[in-house]
Amino acid sequence: MSADPLLSVRSLSVDFSAYGRRSQVLRDVWLDVPAHRHVALVGESGCGKSVTMRAIMGILSTPPARIASGQIWFDGRDLLAMRPRERENLRGTAMSMVFQDPMTSLNPVFTIGDQMGTILKYADRRLGRVRGRAGRMARVHEVLGQVRMPDPERIAQSYPIMLSGGMRHRVLIAMALLSEPRLLIADEPGTALDVTTQAQILKLLRDLVEDRGLALLMITHNLGVVRESADTVYVMYAGSVVEHAPTAELFAHPSHPYTRALIECVPKLSGDTTFRGIEGSLPDYSAPPPGCRFSPRCPLATPACGRPPVDRKVGADHGAACWQVEEASA
Amino acid sequence: MSASAGPISPARVSIAYQNWHRFSRNPTAVIGSIIVIVVIFAALLAPVIAPHPDHAGAIVNFPARHLPPSAQYWFGTDDVGRDIFSRVLFGYRVSLMLAAVVLGFAVPLGAALGLIAGYFGGWAEIVIMRLTDVALAIPPLVMALAVTAVLTPNLIHAMFAIAALWWTWHTRLIFSIARTLRQQEFVEAARTLGASRFHILFRELLPNCASAILVKTSLDFGFVILIGAALSFLGLGVQPPTPDLGTMVASGADYLPDRWWESLLPGAAILFVAMGFNLLGDGLRDLFDVESVR
Amino acid sequence: MSEPLLEVVGLSKAFPLRGGLFGRITGEVKAVNDVDFKLFKGEVFGLAGESGSGKSTIARMILGLTAPSEGAILFEGRDLTLEANASVRSRAVQMVFQNPGSSLNPRRSIGQSIAVPLEARRIATVEIDRRVARLLDMVQLPADFANRYPHELSGGQKQRVAIARALAVEPKLIVLDEPTSALDVSVQAKIMELLNDLGRSLGLTYIFISHDLSLMRNFANRVGVLYLGRLVEVGPVRTLFETPAHPYTRSLLAAIPVISAAEDALKPREPVVEGEIPSPANQPAGCAFHTRCPRAFAPCAKHFPDVVRLDAEHLARCHLLAPNGSRQVATEMQTAKQESAG
Repeated sequence: MSADPLLSVRSLSVDFSAYGRRSQVLRDVWLDVPAHRHVALVGESGCGKSVTMRAIMGILSTPPARIASGQIWFDGRDLLAMRPRERENLRGTAMSMVFQDPMTSLNPVFTIGDQMGTILKYADRRLGRVRGRAGRMARVHEVLGQVRMPDPERIAQSYPIMLSGGMRHRVLIAMALLSEPRLLIADEPGTALDVTTQAQILKLLRDLVEDRGLALLMITHNLGVVRESADTVYVMYAGSVVEHAPTAELFAHPSHPYTRALIECVPKLSGDTTFRGIEGSLPDYSAPPPGCRFSPRCPLATPACGRPPVDRKVGADHGAACWQVEEASA
Repeated sequence: MSASAGPISPARVSIAYQNWHRFSRNPTAVIGSIIVIVVIFAALLAPVIAPHPDHAGAIVNFPARHLPPSAQYWFGTDDVGRDIFSRVLFGYRVSLMLAAVVLGFAVPLGAALGLIAGYFGGWAEIVIMRLTDVALAIPPLVMALAVTAVLTPNLIHAMFAIAALWWTWHTRLIFSIARTLRQQEFVEAARTLGASRFHILFRELLPNCASAILVKTSLDFGFVILIGAALSFLGLGVQPPTPDLGTMVASGADYLPDRWWESLLPGAAILFVAMGFNLLGDGLRDLFDVESVR
Repeated sequence: MSEPLLEVVGLSKAFPLRGGLFGRITGEVKAVNDVDFKLFKGEVFGLAGESGSGKSTIARMILGLTAPSEGAILFEGRDLTLEANASVRSRAVQMVFQNPGSSLNPRRSIGQSIAVPLEARRIATVEIDRRVARLLDMVQLPADFANRYPHELSGGQKQRVAIARALAVEPKLIVLDEPTSALDVSVQAKIMELLNDLGRSLGLTYIFISHDLSLMRNFANRVGVLYLGRLVEVGPVRTLFETPAHPYTRSLLAAIPVISAAEDALKPREPVVEGEIPSPANQPAGCAFHTRCPRAFAPCAKHFPDVVRLDAEHLARCHLLAPNGSRQVATEMQTAKQESAG
């Protein structure tokens, strides 16, 4: 296993300008996604996980967004320093994305085979590969088989409307796998699906990571999904990573006050949850509090929290960006 | 424990400010509104700003006939010596009033019918929409010609003729919007809360049609002015001596190409105002489209 | 046993399927099929189900937005489906919709939206303003929110407004249709807390519709589980979650992603269920779940099971539980009950 992670985000900061106001939407975000690993980026709406994902994929609308600083290392090269053409060549080939909603990501008037064939054609062109129609369709069938579709040939000839929700989701995953990517980014996989179907999709993703050595970055707001499928978790709040740990460790010893509050909020199957929520609301990104952005809502806040927190080690591979946690001895 | 412990992240910027911000950066919208404002002011203040206000009436000034544009007569004079520029300003009054009356009748009627057909469906929809279909099959200009030919040609009858068919476009438009809106949850919520049908139509649905109505009405101003001018050109609308742009184009046409200003300048004035409303309408549509896409 | 506040008897709803060139009616989709349940004043009755279960259709029928094809909805003994007066009906039952973004008119201010039911009753403007302020206070929003527009509010705040609006008519029963599924979990907790408090202080009765069983466990008193339009199991929440009888309930519970090992231990041991929920237009014959059920046997494909009374309050419809069916599940449940009692 290689020492360096396949994807490394370092000190990523992104601003947003709208109506004459500038908001700092991401502040010093960092994360690592090694090959053969399933990494989850978890947070509630407005925390910046989508912006992070778009920045990595290179599909952030700049304007109104602006990458203020940072690097995104992919396979040893900084994506932000690349020429746009080079970056575009990576998208859909070495790194690809599985979108959230199959209903809007699949064109209803073309068959699955047509859509996948077209994607493959353009990807091949970017890679300088030549493959005839038959070759493309063969690859399409192969990939549909990899996502465990029964009867790939029939699926390829179907229209999206003829497929069930779970099957459409598999198609989206298949589309992302066409050019043998090394990094897969999955945006809220299976949220629109029933629980059992979602479980099947998550199992598929896990198996792809294990069998093919893919690096998978999963964006989600669902802690239960994270616990059942991810290896490593990054928790985001208000534009920064506030805690990161291997999954079991995070749920066993959550350290950052936000992580702990969030876990408390999830209803427990035992039935003894008292509904409480977290006081306050997200900060105004155009006028954020100095220092820790969670401090206005944090029960442990002290004046020390006026300084921007740094990542402090609280366990093996486990860090939290909080002045109030006890630092583990190195 | 109040929910507003901190400022809200979603833009605390009012919709009015957002719209103004985008509007003022859209060249089409800005140019269009400048033109429209200029024309409206010109029309309103015509008696005051026209160099020769009395030329708008039934006077003759034979010594000054057929004079080309000059410092004294900016647009030149016509075949009886009247200042064309002043007449154009007064002509704008007529055009705008015609459009305002026609649309003032057609838009509310069309919108009301569209809302009723769209929300209630069933028989209301069948009756109203089939009637609309029939009316839409008649070309407006032909209808206007027929009406004004049967009744004596004058401004009122011209307005009536155009309005008689104009409401149909609005009915069509509002019908399709209302039909989509009726399935929205806030409409269902209003039903369960016991709101009257009047309330649902005019307090829930209508405000959501406002942007579409605004865009269409703005564009319509331009089209109605053009049709009015066309009718007058054919002698079926406004009658002399009331100054009207269409009539001026017609009477000036006899003297083309030597005395081009008598026909072309009133024609350019028509173009100017129609273009202004068109650009404004387009600009408004861009504005609202972005809002809905986002 | 006191009188139920709401009783649903034999409720069914079929939608016609139109096909062919002229839109002929070619069949029907049974969205809701012969559903019976009751609820009593002050309780929270949960309707759990996934896509195609018919839970939203049931809600709409109770609200009067759709008419049932068969069956009756009795509110305090009177059949609501026969109630022509919308005002009477709206006083009895109100709803909080799922999507806070679309249940408020974007072109009207919050105050205007909340005032809709009050205006419908011709209440004087001054009185309306007063009541709106009081309602905003009840849902813990500041009074000046009355002048704001929906786009200025967060999802949680919009749901509070929706709750305030539902309370304006002082209904006896409120149907909550997935009220928090579009919200973040921390916001969800606050909204559920609010609903709890309001339920207690105002003596409200709730029907709580959700696909989130963990949430259901903590909010409902009794739960009914729906699958493809049929009620397959009903019971008190503890009984249902600790000793679920119907295979669908068991597989649903087994599939929930939980966040602690302690909760894992509470889930039933159940083989993974294959496939996906069939479309309501293509319902399997007999018991609708038999195509995916790990324990299906001969009778399951032939006829829909009758109601089996497992307990005073716990009912299920499954051939496995019937006296002459397999005793396997029943025995397991017995053992589980003994374990939890001991």
